[in-house]
Amino acid sequence: MKNNKKTVIVPIGPYHPLLEEPEFFALYCDGEKIVDVEWQAGYNHRGIEKLSESKHWDQVTFLVERICGICSTSHPFAYCNTIENLIGMTIPERAKYIRSIIGELERIHSHLLWMGLAGHFLGYNTVFMWAWKYREPVLDLFEIISGNRNHYAMFKIGGVRRNIENEDIPKIRKMLAEIKGQLEMLIGAVLDDPVLTARLKNVGVLTKQDIKNFGSVGPVARASGVDVDVRRDEPYAAYPLVEWSVITAKNGDVLDKAVVRLSECLEAVKIITQCLDAIEGKAGEIGEEVRRVPEGEGIGRHEAPRGECFHYIRSDGANSPVRHKIRAPSYTNVPTFKASCIGQTISDVAIILAGVDPCYCCTERVAVYDAGKKKKLYDFQHLVELSKQKTERIRKEI
Amino acid sequence: MKDIIGRIQSKLGDRGKDIKEQTNNRVYVSVDRKNIKECAKILFEDMDARYIVASGMENFDSFEILYHFGFDKESAIVSLRVYLDKDNPEIDTLTDIIPGISYIEREMWELLGINFKGHPNMKHFLLGDDWEKGNYPLRKDKYEK
Repeated sequence: MKNNKKTVIVPIGPYHPLLEEPEFFALYCDGEKIVDVEWQAGYNHRGIEKLSESKHWDQVTFLVERICGICSTSHPFAYCNTIENLIGMTIPERAKYIRSIIGELERIHSHLLWMGLAGHFLGYNTVFMWAWKYREPVLDLFEIISGNRNHYAMFKIGGVRRNIENEDIPKIRKMLAEIKGQLEMLIGAVLDDPVLTARLKNVGVLTKQDIKNFGSVGPVARASGVDVDVRRDEPYAAYPLVEWSVITAKNGDVLDKAVVRLSECLEAVKIITQCLDAIEGKAGEIGEEVRRVPEGEGIGRHEAPRGECFHYIRSDGANSPVRHKIRAPSYTNVPTFKASCIGQTISDVAIILAGVDPCYCCTERVAVYDAGKKKKLYDFQHLVELSKQKTERIRKEI
Repeated sequence: MKDIIGRIQSKLGDRGKDIKEQTNNRVYVSVDRKNIKECAKILFEDMDARYIVASGMENFDSFEILYHFGFDKESAIVSLRVYLDKDNPEIDTLTDIIPGISYIEREMWELLGINFKGHPNMKHFLLGDDWEKGNYPLRKDKYEK
């Protein structure tokens, strides 16, 4: 993008308000309109792919768990799938169900977290408070199951590390029923709100072609009507053993992304309930022992809350990987800003950026600079203020 | 799975070599680096595959790039394997076919030192602009130092 005199650069980051990791976006604006976007990453690059080459196969499970703090199970899940694909093994049935339960609980808390943040940036702090309040019992559930509210360390190659005890299941079921009621109430309140609909409808639209061009996955793709879901496309764990459906929408705007995410929470409850039914009162192995990883290549995937998580591993038969390639879903979802932000106004940027649920961090520093004079025009507070004012305006109009 | 191997074989013709299913649902195809653009185009546009990512790595006597494509209806992943010269790793960019591949090409360039001919925006993506020239952190010789 050439700097012409009219264009103003709006830098977002490296510390971004909504998200968990530092990242930098330069928005090129003409007045209020955005004409181009550029992305710079790597402020928090930890070299995990390289580090993985020096770890034992079993240690890598815990290493990749540290990639993301919110969806901490998605990487171990994909990694274990990869090694199992490389070896060509299957895991015990009880382990399959436990894996799916963990994966789906994580989906609920991750989507609720997103809904809360999205509400906050639209000036709806009630939504923020509700969503985060209802997320809390999900974390308590994790504590009952794994002993940790985050970084559950439940996965190992060939199965899971901890059992879900049969005595705990009635308690889990009871908590889950409460969570389901609260979810239904929240979803009804959010999706029936005329102001939220007016604020999110037709904002940050992504077409099917955009999704194909950038290879986007997960709720971002499904909101645009692209029906991809690894859980169904390549069944693994307990997903082929239970009844559930893939949620899709048509328009590809931020509202549809919210609809997809919230509806997925209810599907997740459905999956967990069926998994609990299947393991309750039964005994069974929870893991196979894997003594050696043979020479070869393996690819594994998992449908994380944000989309397909992809791992590629090459082994030469030794103790650690020769090459471990990790692709998190945000890697292909974030570049869609290029398609969704252009032509929109600055007051919508906060919610479009949040719309793909990108994985990075909460400390903020957004400022609008005049490219010529280097004078600060807006900081992030102003952007949030602009966003809130627009919501207020729409609220009055309705 | 045989169906997809057959389809790829007929579409790629001589350009695709050693097409085989190495592990469950994972198909690898060796492609000459001169043909990568045509082959990627066939998979991405004609066969409507989903671009997943590319992964570069260093071997003892070559560099290697795997371009991963998802065939979701067949639950398969097809990876195009390309070998590059050890001394002068260079390949055509695919950004004109797949816009989203731009970032991973920049990443492979700065971490492994593979040149992508014709890339429109070859700047540092993960590393800082002041990173030492010719220092590629994902190369294997870094272990010895």
